[in-house]
Amino acid sequence: MTNAAGALVAEATTTGEAVPPRPRRSRARWAAVAFVAPLLVYLVVFYAFPLVQNVAMSVQRYDRGTFVSGGAPFVGLDIYREVIGQPKFWRIVGQTATFTLVSITFQYVIGLALAVFFHRSFKLSATLRAMFLVPWLLPVIVSATTWQWMMNPDNGAMNTLVGWFGIEPVWWLNAQHSLMSVTIANIWLGIPFNLVILYSGLQNIPTTLYEAAAIDGAGPWRRFWSITMPLLRPVTLVTLLLGLVYTIKVVDIIWIMTTGTGTSQTLATWSYGMAFGKGTSGVIQYSEASAVGSILLVIALAFGLIYVAVQRHEEG
Amino acid sequence: MPRAWWKTPLALVLTGIMLFPVYWMVNVSFTRRESIRKSQPFPFDFTVDHYRVVLHEQLPFLGTSLAVGVGTVALTLVIAAPAAFGLAKLRMPGGRALSFVLIVAQMIPAVVMALGFYSIYNRLGLLDTIPGLILADSTIAVPFAVMLFTAFMRGIPDELIEAAKLDGASHWRTFRSVVIPISRNSAITVALFAFLWAWSDFLFASTLDREGGPLRPITMGIYNYIGAQNQEWGPMMATAVVASIPTALLLILAQKYVAAGVTAGAVKD
Repeated sequence: MTNAAGALVAEATTTGEAVPPRPRRSRARWAAVAFVAPLLVYLVVFYAFPLVQNVAMSVQRYDRGTFVSGGAPFVGLDIYREVIGQPKFWRIVGQTATFTLVSITFQYVIGLALAVFFHRSFKLSATLRAMFLVPWLLPVIVSATTWQWMMNPDNGAMNTLVGWFGIEPVWWLNAQHSLMSVTIANIWLGIPFNLVILYSGLQNIPTTLYEAAAIDGAGPWRRFWSITMPLLRPVTLVTLLLGLVYTIKVVDIIWIMTTGTGTSQTLATWSYGMAFGKGTSGVIQYSEASAVGSILLVIALAFGLIYVAVQRHEEG
Repeated sequence: MPRAWWKTPLALVLTGIMLFPVYWMVNVSFTRRESIRKSQPFPFDFTVDHYRVVLHEQLPFLGTSLAVGVGTVALTLVIAAPAAFGLAKLRMPGGRALSFVLIVAQMIPAVVMALGFYSIYNRLGLLDTIPGLILADSTIAVPFAVMLFTAFMRGIPDELIEAAKLDGASHWRTFRSVVIPISRNSAITVALFAFLWAWSDFLFASTLDREGGPLRPITMGIYNYIGAQNQEWGPMMATAVVASIPTALLLILAQKYVAAGVTAGAVKD
């Protein structure tokens, strides 16, 4: 449809009749600016301003008092140095990396398996595929509290499950196991997104390719590795990069399940906890929280830029 | 090719596994307090008492969530739809750069935004207010909304816009009487997602609206149970079930819009 409209415009310009006179075009420009202006103002006030505010807090030493009264002293990069110098900093970076990479790997593999499974329609397939969206559309607090309940050590559903395999009850949410537990819950949350994106990617692969390969005697396994995976590469890249950017900044599922206890502490929950921790941190540390937030921001944006570059590249 | 008969039963089993946590939540919400710890597969010790508690304790929070959701939808539509028209049809100068900014905006960690908003709201007195929460929640939806609207409006034939102009319609008139009615489905998708995200938001609610009393949303209503000394799982799960109603409605009544929204964000055709 877009192409047809474009062709019409091109035709109109070559015949010369429908070319709008100059003043009208510049008036259209102004109209465009007028239509977009509220968005521009919005972006400055509600994105740029909070961002600048966050960075400003990270280079001034705020505490409870100066936060209210203002006048916190400027300290340059001192707070960044202090935060990075803490012994737990690199441990938390490692946990963040583990949480993110394990999450997106499993989300992708399970999502892809399901997408392939649902690829050829069968009875009820559309309805059941829609049901798979539920974890993604539920409020995270609902999912997080449900997982917390299923992971309670006494008689939670998870311990019943592992009990069937002869495994001793696990203390899922304690300091040692919490990273594994929040990652399991987060994988569950992310499967629907991967399923939907990969499924729509599969729909774009021409069926004739599979038919030709089948005639040539390629089995399903061979067809998957020689047709599906190579042709799905652009979608795979986009899915993994988006997954990475979204997962690295996750707060809610972790915080609600464990308040970032022990191994489940990530950069995002650490930052959140220092500023807003409900009884978990004795002193409110806005400056430290902002510094960690800014570090997280830089990492997220770095991967975000890679994502944009990849997407532009794929578009040609 | 013969249809694989085994696929439907297998799909049912897989769906069952995937949705087990949801079932478990519903199960607990109908089980009497004394029996919850037994973790039975069905609510044998059936009760609706937990829902009575919800009605008694959570109504103000549900009302707040509804107000915040509706406000977020309105604000998002008002900002995104005209901007998308400017970007898609009036060839806004620098439009490409703006799309880039919108993609990047979605990648900013929410905790960074929350910290910034918190310090600004603290000064402006917007903490613990509904308008404050609406403004913050709208930042989740606005970039997505602009991109979804822009993608759709690019597909509107230019002749349609030109025809309106020839009839003497101003840009505003064209936007209101031609573009908006055609974009109805996109508007519904945007509205549904903006509402759902605002309704589900935990991060802004727990930072910008911590002490708002009844002016806190339902996610905080659930969160209250977590902090309590003696965690009340029954009422908590019943509240969670009630908080999931918008999700259920969305899936039952508006499936096609959901699919449109999920793919629009990530994959361009």
